[in-house]
Amino acid sequence: MSATRVSPRTLPLLSPGRVALFLQGGGGPHRGGVGPRFRSLTSPPLSCSSSSPGRALSSLSTTRRGLPKEKMSENGMMSRAKVLTIDTMNPTVKKVEYAVRGPIVQRAVELERELSEGMKKPFAEVIKANIGDAHAMGQQPITFFRQVLALCSYPELLSDSTFPEDAKSRACRILNSCGGNSMGAYSASQGIESVRQDVARYIERRDGGVPCDPDNIYLTTGASDGIVTMLKLLVCGEGAMRAGVMISIPQYPLYSAALAELSAVQINYYLNEEKCWSLDISELQRALDEARLYCNPRALCIINPGNPTGQVQSRECIEDVIRFAAKERLFLMADEVYQDNVYAEGCQFHSFKKVLFEMGPEYSETVELASFHSTSKCYMGECGFRGGYMEIINMDDDVKAQLTKLLSVRLCPPVPGQALMDLVVNPPQPGEPSYEHFIKERTATLSALAEKAKLTEQVLNTVEGIRCNPVQGAMYSFPCITIPERAIQEAKELGQQPDMFYCMKMLEETGICLVPGSGFGQKEGTYHFRMTILPPKDKLKILLNNVKAFHQSFTQQYS
Amino acid sequence: MKSTRGSSSDDASVAWSPRHGLQLKGVKKPFTEVIKANIGDAHAMGQRPVTFFRQVLALCSYPELLEDNKFPEDAKKRARRILDACGGHSIGAYSASQGIECIRQDVARYIEKRDGGIPSNPDNIYLSTGASDAIVTILKLLVCGEGRDRTGVMISIPQYPLYSAALADLGAVQISYYLDEDNCWSLNLAELGRALNEAKQRCKPRVLCIINPGNPTGQVQSRQCIEDVIRFAKEEHLFLMADEVYQDNVYAEGCKFHSFKKVLFEMGPEYSSTVEMASFHSTSKCYMGECGFRGGYMEVINMDPEVKAQLTKLVSVRLCPPVPGQALLDLVVNPPQPDEPSYTSFMKERTAVLAALAEKARLTEEIFNTVPGITCNPVQGAMYTFPRITLPQKAIDKAKADGVVPDMFYCMKLLEEEGICLVPGSGFGQREGTFHFRMTILPPTEKLKVVLQKIRDFHSRFTSEFS
Repeated sequence: MSATRVSPRTLPLLSPGRVALFLQGGGGPHRGGVGPRFRSLTSPPLSCSSSSPGRALSSLSTTRRGLPKEKMSENGMMSRAKVLTIDTMNPTVKKVEYAVRGPIVQRAVELERELSEGMKKPFAEVIKANIGDAHAMGQQPITFFRQVLALCSYPELLSDSTFPEDAKSRACRILNSCGGNSMGAYSASQGIESVRQDVARYIERRDGGVPCDPDNIYLTTGASDGIVTMLKLLVCGEGAMRAGVMISIPQYPLYSAALAELSAVQINYYLNEEKCWSLDISELQRALDEARLYCNPRALCIINPGNPTGQVQSRECIEDVIRFAAKERLFLMADEVYQDNVYAEGCQFHSFKKVLFEMGPEYSETVELASFHSTSKCYMGECGFRGGYMEIINMDDDVKAQLTKLLSVRLCPPVPGQALMDLVVNPPQPGEPSYEHFIKERTATLSALAEKAKLTEQVLNTVEGIRCNPVQGAMYSFPCITIPERAIQEAKELGQQPDMFYCMKMLEETGICLVPGSGFGQKEGTYHFRMTILPPKDKLKILLNNVKAFHQSFTQQYS
Repeated sequence: MKSTRGSSSDDASVAWSPRHGLQLKGVKKPFTEVIKANIGDAHAMGQRPVTFFRQVLALCSYPELLEDNKFPEDAKKRARRILDACGGHSIGAYSASQGIECIRQDVARYIEKRDGGIPSNPDNIYLSTGASDAIVTILKLLVCGEGRDRTGVMISIPQYPLYSAALADLGAVQISYYLDEDNCWSLNLAELGRALNEAKQRCKPRVLCIINPGNPTGQVQSRQCIEDVIRFAKEEHLFLMADEVYQDNVYAEGCKFHSFKKVLFEMGPEYSSTVEMASFHSTSKCYMGECGFRGGYMEVINMDPEVKAQLTKLVSVRLCPPVPGQALLDLVVNPPQPDEPSYTSFMKERTAVLAALAEKARLTEEIFNTVPGITCNPVQGAMYTFPRITLPQKAIDKAKADGVVPDMFYCMKLLEEEGICLVPGSGFGQREGTFHFRMTILPPTEKLKVVLQKIRDFHSRFTSEFS
């Protein structure tokens, strides 16, 4: 029985008594962190009593003891094995997988190199539709944002009359809150205070006035950094007490990668593809009940709008999730980086924070929540700056202090990314000289995305053997593909996942780089791929037609 | 509370609260401003950024400026080259997880030039989010085993607390070796041997970390000493981590920066083809001091190809280091050349910063050593002084009664009375019974003089108060 579950409801999930444990939980199992009352179900008995119970992999370590192994080198001389080899490296790192930048992307980079070296290919260029990288796909940055960043980088430009006044006043405000008025100074580890205040005001506006405390805002190095940090705080326990984290399947593989690295237990709940990838509470319950037999479920991760699946959660569904989290005492992690990317009619983005507070104090004062946002998506697509923030709600004060301390080790998030985050949450206002142009650029990007979302769904659904849900939001489509039995057999013989085999073949024949569904997880026996909708419309049309042609010829070839 | 970091977390928050008190409550303090001498944050201390670097960054941020004739041609050329290497010609695109390829090439060429022609392979260069990110990543790869098989990592005492924090976070075993304060914080092979042998009883030592020039101790390692360390690492089968972020910060006469890579290769293939090493550098220190951009790189040597593949995979999860920081790093490793228009002003700025630092290093040592009860080694390099302070027994007792370590008690009192924020030596580790503090030498010379004078006065006052 979990210590967490028997504790009174009023106690936050993250309580101070366990903090020492969490912070040792960084790289996995840890010495001293685990009391003897925890029985490890995964590790063999250890002879060394000085150590805490370890994980299953600790059995490997006996082979590592003693002298370094000698081995023969090619010239016949005896040479020592390396200190760091695949057998003697951190085993949790080996378990990490990240398909969005996996083997298929490595091959795409090779193909680009081969093309540039003049090698003949059945295509003229490689199209990397594997990742939501808006600028790489030709999207232009927002003029105002980049003007302010240029001013912050080189403040001599403040005397340049070609820059609009509102850009200058934003730049001055940012520089004034930097040490020595320079973006080159470290900021506070939690982020620049005035930026956190702007983020708080943005959240209040977004959520119809639900209050937001800047002390609950932590600026981060992209959303990924915030997500990994929160997971790190939550992971503890050994064996059947190990922290379990519920993630959707399909999921964004940052989650599975982070959980592998932290040796947390991944609890899969499946989205309902038949109902436009919606989230089903009975499925959450099934996954949770099964997981309780082998771990201690402590967190529930939601991506809304969905990545890779593009669904937008209804308000009612969010309420259900919050009730579920309250009932089951789960820490909620709401990945809301696509909050501006909602295209389908009748769909609207509802933040977990807002819904939580509208459900009344019974929920808003108890449910622990972290919500994540970033500068990389929406209409700005500024991935390279690694800007982001998280807002934490109802976090225990002692844990918050530990969080602040943990972040301070890495000094601070990149300041240009913080500056950019400030502009995103505090863009030009009506009456300011840059307002109209800003709105024009923003609207153009978002309406083009909406159109491309529609186009993608339409074209893919004309292909026999491809079934595509509406892309209600985010930046991807995740269609289901029928792969002929013979292709599945051939993939298996090659030791590949069938959809990896399919995507690799598509890459070699058409230059289109997609990510196979297996990299995100999918129901057994179903196959998918993730494709971003970001390419410019004309290019996207060609791309979709090439996917169509490829699918037809692939199906024919293996039928 | 395992993961602590003396320089940024606890002490900085201490410095902030008096400042807020002054602003919000108007509480009278015996000082008018808080001087945060706790961290090596050059720009916060008033150092100006290098003009050329910031011109290029402005051009990269807002490429419309490429049409502007106010910018020198070499700045535009660099900006175009960086933008051409970015997806969609935008620093807003993700880069490869290992870093932008042409920047890795520039880094490799920089290393070759620095090391007198010893080859560097761009495939061995990984750009990072400041040096801290890379250091934690390499440690993460190296940690495994349980109980007596758990990875042990040798770090100097005093150390930069990133190391102890990362080891605590990863659950690795910290193996402390003490630097020799009486010999200008030099590294002693016998002490390395002692620390290693003792540690073998409780863990599996696999890694040796060196910070050169030293943080917080400011020593610059001799070539001979580096050779000895490399021999030691080879004999004892240790992975070497060389934290060389202060490589341009060498002030003392007769001292010179020698990179571990260069010495390793000059020792011949017996060493250069076997000893595994990672070396770290960053945009945050040296003459540029661009901490906020979080730029950095590491070079890995003799790393097993399978492990390298795992490393590449691991860094891909975080997508990429911040691209503005990568761009800045490119400028650091590829600054204006003698035939380019910005060369003269670049050299002038660079030399001015480094000369001022050398002057402040000397000044700091000189003044501290006039204070009875403070002894200070020469600040040969880096950005800090780590003087030893004698604390009266009564002060030590009072601290203990208050439940704080004596040098924390001292630093806290200094902060309350003079508004100067230092980091107590206990945050870095020190020999039992000795007390120190770390102070950066970065404040402008005039301000530094005031700071030193105030500490001097405070120390005498403190000593007489508790005698």
